[in-house]
Amino acid sequence: MDIDHDTLVGFAKSWGLFYFIAFSICVVIYAFWPSNRKRFDDAKRNILDRDDRPWQ
Amino acid sequence: MVQQLTTGERQNALIILLFVFVAGVAMAAAGGSDPLGVHGVIVLLFGGALAALVMRSYYEREPTQDRLSHYYDDPIKAGVALTLAWAIFGMFMGVWTAAQLAWPDLAFDAGWSTFGRLRPTHTTGVIFGFGGNALIATSFHVVQRTSRARLAGQVSPWFVLLGFNLFCILAVTGYFMGVTQSKEYAEAEWYADLWLVVVWVTYFVLFLRTLARRKEPHIYVANWYYMAFIVVVAILHIVNNLALPISLGQAKSYTIWAGVQDSMVQWWYGHNAVAFFLTAGFLAMLYYYLPVRAQRPIFSYRLSILSFWGITFFYMWAGSHHLHYTALPHWVQNLGMTFSVMLLVPSWASAGNALLTLNGAWHRVRDDATLRFIFVAAVFYGLSTFEGSFMAIRPVNALSHYTDWTVGHVHAGALGWVAFITFGSLYTLVPSLWKRERMYSPALVEVHFWLAVAGTLIYVFSMWNSGILQGLMWRTYTEEGTLAYSFLDSLVAMYPYYIARAFGGLLFLLGAVVAAYNIWMTVRAVPVAAGRQADVPDSGLAPNTVATPAE
Repeated sequence: MDIDHDTLVGFAKSWGLFYFIAFSICVVIYAFWPSNRKRFDDAKRNILDRDDRPWQ
Repeated sequence: MVQQLTTGERQNALIILLFVFVAGVAMAAAGGSDPLGVHGVIVLLFGGALAALVMRSYYEREPTQDRLSHYYDDPIKAGVALTLAWAIFGMFMGVWTAAQLAWPDLAFDAGWSTFGRLRPTHTTGVIFGFGGNALIATSFHVVQRTSRARLAGQVSPWFVLLGFNLFCILAVTGYFMGVTQSKEYAEAEWYADLWLVVVWVTYFVLFLRTLARRKEPHIYVANWYYMAFIVVVAILHIVNNLALPISLGQAKSYTIWAGVQDSMVQWWYGHNAVAFFLTAGFLAMLYYYLPVRAQRPIFSYRLSILSFWGITFFYMWAGSHHLHYTALPHWVQNLGMTFSVMLLVPSWASAGNALLTLNGAWHRVRDDATLRFIFVAAVFYGLSTFEGSFMAIRPVNALSHYTDWTVGHVHAGALGWVAFITFGSLYTLVPSLWKRERMYSPALVEVHFWLAVAGTLIYVFSMWNSGILQGLMWRTYTEEGTLAYSFLDSLVAMYPYYIARAFGGLLFLLGAVVAAYNIWMTVRAVPVAAGRQADVPDSGLAPNTVATPAE
């Protein structure tokens, strides 16, 4: 099979689109997954600690 | 600095510096009178001078074992100093080149000081020298604090920081001698590029290993942005700089890309340099130093994740908007245009997230010039990403391309966003890094803020004016259907705007000088804060008690 311009355009317009949509769905699920809520809340609060040494 | 290293680490440092020195000798021998030979001498002096520095302290006392219970801040401190030095150099070169456009005699009839050679010293000086050092220094700070772990190496942070600066020095000194690949933001030649690959891979491994040591269960979002910056810059740098030198003894090389593919690779690189060097890394600063300075958690952590993936995946495709109306296939131009417009969504999500974090703390923004730096950065980030999406639309681009509007847009981003967030971060970082209670002079921070705001506004407005005027003059036709203005007519019309632009840049440079003085005096003259020293690890002991081993 020849790989020409139209092949690449077709690939970009079909699989490229699908992979983008699939990826964005995964990201949205990850961001809104209920059990991740506590993890994210902790992450955004913990950086405000005054503590200035590594944890052992 | 050397005192923090054990004898074994001092030996490793010397071995690395010996390799650098030998590489310098080899380059000098192979290059001879070619610019490569001059660069060989620079490399061997660089390696030799640092080796002398290590040897001078070689027999000093080794650090105690408890260094692992402290963060590794020495390379960050050196990084802050280098950031400020490059800021002053790079911005000075910017003011000089801006002044040359208004008064061409300022080239003084010499080859090295022509506009074409000085301009890349400005862009490299500010983007890589100032921006790059700020990114390396803050990334070392943020990754340690948010992971609650010391950097995963003792010599490698120095290798990354100093190796990167050697790259910048080779790049800038090369331009004065006329060495260039003629690729924008990738002007440095093949040997410097190879060196940067080594440095960057070390940076990547160091960052990953530090994250692997983390005590926090979740990797804070700022680290994701730093990681994207490191990974993508490595890919961009390698692909765009694939080139064959004409010989191992000469600086000149030819790219392996040809024709329109070369243009596409260059602007895929060029626009992602804006995206991942000048945006992702600085967003990392925003997501850490903004909450810390405002003492408020980020408005929405989820939104920061969504906008992270949005920016990472959209930006990759936007580069072809630099090549509208060229030989590039139409559909590739459309692709770049579409993704550029879509980029507005994650960009404004980040800018909005930052502003909503400040919502409810406006009195602090009013009173604290440091927080105001960060606030203005978020506003300019929102403005320049809107402007960028707009300018990527093909018919708009027909008016704006090749005009000063582009220059104005870049500086709205570079001054208003990148430099403002950097200075806001530095003013937050410096007192905590040197354990000082406050900056030497809050009044000077205020002076810097207003110099920077005035400089940016004067700069951007003069370029918007001259750019649109240029664009309109180049497309005005007479009744007979011929062009109404010659190129020279448009050049004469630019004169007042070029003077205003140089003046705006001068104000911004003065602000950077004030910042450097203020930070220097903070380190020299402000006493160490008692409160910050009492910060103890979460060991369950009362403050100021020393942990003793069980009997």
